[in-house]
Amino acid sequence: MEQQTAIRMQNITKAFGQVLANHNVSIDIRKGEILSLLGENGSGKTTLMNMLSGIYYPDAGKIFVNGEAASIRSPGDAFAYGIGMIHQHFKLIDVFSAVENVVLGLRGKDANLKLAAKKVCEICETYGFEIDPGQKVYNMSVSQKQTLEIIKVLYRGADILILDEPTAVLTPQETERLFHVIRNMKKAGKAIVIITHKLHEVLSISDRVTILRRGEYVGTIETKDATVQSLTEMMVGKKITLNIERPQVANPQKRIEVKNLTVMRQDGVRLLDNVSFTANSGEILGIAGISGCGQKELLESIAGLQKVSDDASILYCAPQTDASIELVGKNPKAIRDLGITLSFVPEDRLGMGLVGSMGMTDNMMLKNYRRGHTPFMERKEPKELAEKIKEELEVVTPGINIPVRRLSGGNVQKVLVGREIAAAPTVLMTAYAVRGLDIHTSYTIYRLLNEQKRAGVAVIYVGEDLDVLLELCDRILVLCAGHVNGIVDGRATTKEEVGMLMTHLQKEDGRNAV
Amino acid sequence: MLTSILSLIQAAVVFGTVIMLGCIGEILSEKSGSLNLGVPGIMYIGAIAALVGVFFYEGAAENPSPLLCVVIALACGFCASFAAGLLFSFLTITLRANQNVTGLTLTIFGSGIANFFGGSLNKLAGGVGQISVSVTSDAFRTKIPELSDIPVIGPLLFQYGFMVYFAVIAAILLQFFLSKTSTGLNLRAVGENPEAADAAGIHVIRYKYLATCIGAGITGLGGVYYVMDYIKGTWANDGSIEKLGWLAVALVIFTTWKPKNGIWGAYVFGLLYWAYYYIPGLNRSSQEIFKMLPYIVTIIVLVVVSFRNKKENLGPAHLGRSYFREER
Repeated sequence: MEQQTAIRMQNITKAFGQVLANHNVSIDIRKGEILSLLGENGSGKTTLMNMLSGIYYPDAGKIFVNGEAASIRSPGDAFAYGIGMIHQHFKLIDVFSAVENVVLGLRGKDANLKLAAKKVCEICETYGFEIDPGQKVYNMSVSQKQTLEIIKVLYRGADILILDEPTAVLTPQETERLFHVIRNMKKAGKAIVIITHKLHEVLSISDRVTILRRGEYVGTIETKDATVQSLTEMMVGKKITLNIERPQVANPQKRIEVKNLTVMRQDGVRLLDNVSFTANSGEILGIAGISGCGQKELLESIAGLQKVSDDASILYCAPQTDASIELVGKNPKAIRDLGITLSFVPEDRLGMGLVGSMGMTDNMMLKNYRRGHTPFMERKEPKELAEKIKEELEVVTPGINIPVRRLSGGNVQKVLVGREIAAAPTVLMTAYAVRGLDIHTSYTIYRLLNEQKRAGVAVIYVGEDLDVLLELCDRILVLCAGHVNGIVDGRATTKEEVGMLMTHLQKEDGRNAV
Repeated sequence: MLTSILSLIQAAVVFGTVIMLGCIGEILSEKSGSLNLGVPGIMYIGAIAALVGVFFYEGAAENPSPLLCVVIALACGFCASFAAGLLFSFLTITLRANQNVTGLTLTIFGSGIANFFGGSLNKLAGGVGQISVSVTSDAFRTKIPELSDIPVIGPLLFQYGFMVYFAVIAAILLQFFLSKTSTGLNLRAVGENPEAADAAGIHVIRYKYLATCIGAGITGLGGVYYVMDYIKGTWANDGSIEKLGWLAVALVIFTTWKPKNGIWGAYVFGLLYWAYYYIPGLNRSSQEIFKMLPYIVTIIVLVVVSFRNKKENLGPAHLGRSYFREER
């Protein structure tokens, strides 16, 4: 049976400033079919779909809905074309009931709460949802909120549903229930797009897979012809050689030993699940994973910024004395008072790392403000440090007292990394240290990290670019949904292996059976 | 004894009406997410606009019609306050200025401009206390005939000008609008989560502008009532309007953003405020302690509400923040 095309996107291009988020992408979405949109972070999946839902407007290219050219300029337009998107971050009003959220923004009979409650129940029956129309959103679980978002879209008569990483926040059981509903919607003739980077889900639910890589269209294949290997290959692409220096590890010694580290979000979702590993001195330990898989929580746990489970243990092995010190339960100040220098270059540079409205000197002082013994600030030392960093790392700034917010991203990162290294750490943790940086600055950062490695520092490098991780790191720990999916040798592994580990949970253990 | 209780209640109702109007106007504004701290300034502006309007009308007309006087006073007061709300909206919604700073500035601006014109008006009238808009003031203070003559119940319920009843009706209507109509639902959505409202196709900016400006207009009517009934059609530069304006803001919190609570809340504030006058044996300094009662009660309510931690009783989630669609 020939399936009808619901949406055709032709040669779509969208740029944000200099960055091409989508380049010449063409896809077809068919009625009564589930299409997976697969790709790594930043491959442009969400951007592409946001152009269907009216959030963005394409720079070039055409969109056809049911064969006719369409111009979608707002979420309202998208509804008129029968397109509904369930965003990753729910757009619900907490203090409203389910049905009040459903009728929001509608007029006339559609906005009548009693009629709407009845219709919501009908929708629930048709597709197998369960929801109480009168329940307040703040009393709902994440999966209930998602259900509500889907109902909201169906209530407005959508025939084309786009789900942006719908399973990211769900437990396996909830995922199964969601898939059941999605299959029911498919039977009812709706066109469904699922944005995801989880291979096993792609294989279990979709009919076709479209793969994007770095904003470019890679290809579309029938799911029945696809395997985990073929999808991974299309997703991560061929290896690119970057020629990053990687000195041999000399005299590695255990520095940080993490055991049974579990971090729970307030609603009980495990962001890190029973993570154990060691980080050695004189070594760069890479941490790979789709973003939001627990990288942030992992680093913050070590830095003393996260509340961790009771049975977790993070041991710090002091370089000279070989004494083991438990870091769990200590805040950053307590850790520093023990004479341990952990340096942390967080992902959020101007939020957590530096104070944007202060100059370089003042930002240097944040690290050692406690040193002074008088009520007055001692600016001499930090000023010298700022000068030194400016010179050595070639920070481009009109002056060391210019607010760092006004510096470019790369220079901000140099200031931050420079300050953290100047503290002479024994452990250096960096999160996405080269994100948004140009090639030259990136190599400067790699050089600094290697210098620290040679000096015997245990470096933990959270990265997103697999090519960099493969060339820079000695060992790579791969996180998948908060699990350690494997620790591989950076010199021996392949891009495909890491890609597989990132996207495919190795063992479905019974973490929800507990 | 009975007469003094009656006169306390009467004073409380008249006082309460001023802050009730200020409060429900502010509730409407805050429900859209606009924390307008310019309430005292807006009341000032409404008051002086109404006074100026009828002063010139009464001065020009041979036989001023009481009805026309009332209409002019209300129209001038509402329009001027609406314009003040428009200024606030433009600064905070379109230019996304800080709402707290803008509101406080509006309060200072309103009191300055009102006292400037009030002073000029005094001069025109030939001296302080010489302003006379007796026709208007009398019209505002006309009691309900016959019903007000019933003993006890009459003075208690019917011996007030029409604005007292108007305020109660306005509060009931606003309550109905917010909780029962779909436009009210959309407005609350804007104040809670403008992003979600925007995604649902609600015109966030339009809702914010309208709610803030109409809210300011209602608040301004509180000022009109103050000048026409409370101080009987004169102008005083002693800043007492400002005090009432801040009490109206406190009352919004006291009511947990529900207009229906504003009705009794305003009268309770009135009772507490005037209590010192009827408690025997107070000297000047201990009076001041009693005058603090409304504020203390507000703090207690805040503490209790926070303890109960029921989300519906807290203010709109996006209150005081500006909304910009492309911010992420």
